[in-house]
Amino acid sequence: MNLLLDPLRFEFMRTGLLAAALVGIACASLGVYVVLRRMAFIGDALAHTILPGVVGAYLLKVNLLLGALVAGLLTALGIGWFSRRGEVREDTAIGIMFTGMFALGILMMSTVQSFRDFTHILFGNILGVTGDDLALITGVCVLILVALWLFSKELELTSYDPVHSEVIGLRTDWVRYGLLVLLALTVITGIQVVGVVLTSALLITPAAAAALLTNRLSRMVLIASAIAVGSGVAGLYLSYYFAIASGAAIVLICTLGFAVAWVIHQLRRPRGAEEAE
Amino acid sequence: MPFSYSAHHHAEALPNAPAVSASIRRAGYRGSPTPAIRNVGLNVPSGARVAFVGPNGAGKSTVLKAIAGLIPHEGRIEVFGHAVNRCRHRAAYLPQRAEVDWRFPVSVERLVMAGRYVHLGWFGRPGRADHTAVAEALEVLRIADLAGRQIGDLSGGQQQRALLARALAQQADLLLLDEPLNAVDAATRQVIADVLDRVRAQGRTVLMATHDLGRLEADFDGALYLCEGGVVPPPPGAFVGLTIGAPLSGEPGECAEEAV
Repeated sequence: MNLLLDPLRFEFMRTGLLAAALVGIACASLGVYVVLRRMAFIGDALAHTILPGVVGAYLLKVNLLLGALVAGLLTALGIGWFSRRGEVREDTAIGIMFTGMFALGILMMSTVQSFRDFTHILFGNILGVTGDDLALITGVCVLILVALWLFSKELELTSYDPVHSEVIGLRTDWVRYGLLVLLALTVITGIQVVGVVLTSALLITPAAAAALLTNRLSRMVLIASAIAVGSGVAGLYLSYYFAIASGAAIVLICTLGFAVAWVIHQLRRPRGAEEAE
Repeated sequence: MPFSYSAHHHAEALPNAPAVSASIRRAGYRGSPTPAIRNVGLNVPSGARVAFVGPNGAGKSTVLKAIAGLIPHEGRIEVFGHAVNRCRHRAAYLPQRAEVDWRFPVSVERLVMAGRYVHLGWFGRPGRADHTAVAEALEVLRIADLAGRQIGDLSGGQQQRALLARALAQQADLLLLDEPLNAVDAATRQVIADVLDRVRAQGRTVLMATHDLGRLEADFDGALYLCEGGVVPPPPGAFVGLTIGAPLSGEPGECAEEAV
């Protein structure tokens, strides 16, 4: 028991655990839609394109999350705008924005003497989460959950039947832009926990695992959140006791969760196939 | 409805306006797999049941999509006396099954409820009337027992019934049905034929794309023959019924292969 309680003496651990849990919930719930709508690539891209925003904010000495927010929103809207008429395929537009912005971020980083300052952006720094960061993370988490609840029927319908959406005058592109904006906000919180390079894992892996375990949307959101929160907390404890990188530990536990879900899915499959008949 | 999906698109029917009146110069996307249509004139009186007949690629679906406001068109299309898209809640469109992502996790009941969304709009939550409409539609299509089933677990015929139930749940006056009989089992065919009867009894208008020549006379009031994107004369001996369409120029198109 002491093993679990001991680290809680430290405020940075308490804040870190809370942040990991909240980010887990935000990323995993939104991630379910990202996975179902096959937007995994754009989630990863958004995480990377935030780099120049963060570096710019650092150079200008403003809040790093503010810079990330601006870059994330610009990317989300930019990708949607470039590919809206199908002149450039969406995955191509994402590929171009993703690498271009990431390169810009690295270029900006190279103008600074010490590269080390940016390692926490690339790989996360959950133990460095401040009170302000935690407030922002809480805000984003609440916003995601409220938005998913308020717009659940529109998100669902535009995902599985965009034609019917159009027939009834529901603009699928507006829903998509909205989703991209939420995605940008979520990715920013994810960067605090696991960093630019690994954030898409928090979005995709728990949701993909949940999708293997249930075919009900509400349960999918719950299971994905549970996996993400569990991984966040467990990863943080592991890094505390074994002095290993917390972001990588969290992501690896998510991956392990996916592997377990996959095994369960394989074991269940024959019976499931009979039920479908 | 406080937050309609499209604020100006809920006009009421003009008195005595035909269900559909159109002179379409051209409709369709350039370079799209959906064939374009040219010079199609249409006049469908309210309450009529009309079949669009023709081989694959004839433009049957394109005409329906143009009337549903899904593809751009040149010319004039009026639904109940209003331009396309001005009275969305009065026209229900049944897509071909392949247009829906059946792997998405929603229940049959939830899918059918989507027929009510045009009336609910943003933030609208289904009320008692909506649940009644959904239950009724499920009943009519004889899939009430599947209400809680995930759409991914349905057979092809069941998918088709669920989509038709959604169109009925909308309680629209005009039904645009894109090949509902395509590749479905005999039981589903019978259910759909019953639905068409029921819809006629209610005085609603039906436009349906179909391959099924055998039942034209029994199920429809009029038939329009299409080939390669234009109106063609009916094949000898084929059912015609009400005259509901003509080529705009007066000259019917020609069909390379035998029409239908």
